[in-house]
Amino acid sequence: MADATWIDNGKEYEAGFGDYVELLKPRVMRLVIFTAAVGLFAAPVPVHPVIAFAAILCIAVGAGASGALNMWWDRDIDAVMKRTAGRPIPSGRVTGPEALAIGITLSFMSVMMLALFANLFAAGLLAFTIFFYAVVYSMWLKRSTPHNIVIGGAAGAFPPMIGWAVATGGISLESILMFGLIFIWTPPHFWALALFRNDDYKNACIPMMPVSKGDRSTRRQILGYSLLLVPIAMTLAFTQVGGVVYFTVASILNAGFLIGAVRLFRRSEDAAKADNYRAEKQFFGFSIVYLFVLFVAILVEAALRAFDLGLAGWPVWV
Amino acid sequence: MSMTNGIRPEHELHTRRRGRNMALGLVLLSFVALIFAVTIVKLSKPQSEDIHAPNFSIEAE
Repeated sequence: MADATWIDNGKEYEAGFGDYVELLKPRVMRLVIFTAAVGLFAAPVPVHPVIAFAAILCIAVGAGASGALNMWWDRDIDAVMKRTAGRPIPSGRVTGPEALAIGITLSFMSVMMLALFANLFAAGLLAFTIFFYAVVYSMWLKRSTPHNIVIGGAAGAFPPMIGWAVATGGISLESILMFGLIFIWTPPHFWALALFRNDDYKNACIPMMPVSKGDRSTRRQILGYSLLLVPIAMTLAFTQVGGVVYFTVASILNAGFLIGAVRLFRRSEDAAKADNYRAEKQFFGFSIVYLFVLFVAILVEAALRAFDLGLAGWPVWV
Repeated sequence: MSMTNGIRPEHELHTRRRGRNMALGLVLLSFVALIFAVTIVKLSKPQSEDIHAPNFSIEAE
């Protein structure tokens, strides 16, 4: 009776399954699945396909859980920003406490299952990643420093390292370099976005670099981080996971990334406004292609090695 | 419930709730299947070949 009355009169929305899935940031999860899989398959220790699948699933769910916790914490600012106003909590499809419960439950489940499926070290790294994204980035840094994305970017950089740890049970220079690649790539990638989404962040009072330090300083820092990124990306070519394919691809992409960063550096804010941030949008789009293709190249090198097709005599310096 | 009570048996909310329950059921079934598959894989590998097993040693290779 009470139920029927509620249905007839109530306008309240009851979340569907898709609303909860959206809470886990499926687009971010896709990137996490991909980079974790590359880390896992590039490692020198073979992993049974079932264990690999289960482990990658745990890493993806852990990333999704931290996404839910981030949405729970940021529900006030998400409602203000155009880009995030349609998310499940600000749009009223999922309640805050529901998101918190899902985030905490899935965090614990994913870490425990990864410990059982793979090893304790990988599970510990996943737990640290969730903590880092939900607490260090979302709750602490995001609203307090313009360098939020620099340190917070570490959370997005951990998945290949966790994938590597699933296979090897530890870390090594290769996994640190893969971590470094995403870590140093994140600031120029997000600051390019922040340059043309400046108003959104301003309205939400988030101290993104263009909001608090200005357009010129952001462009200078994009160039600085891009210069740091090149040696990290190129060093990977001369490790166990690199090779001639990776080296060729990385040379072209890094040249493109540097040219794009120099182009942004030389542009003034007025010039950018005049053509509606065309170069900034191009650089942002290119940065996504850059990271994706570099990781595909690492995967290709792993496949070549698996079939003994790697170039003999390729120098492995480190 | 019948239509004479003035209650529509197939409210949109019921459809959505059923969809949610079915999806959750599928997720739980997949989880059980995953645990089963991992168990089979782990049990089929001798501990002497499992580098993560506590009694693994290089000499056993």
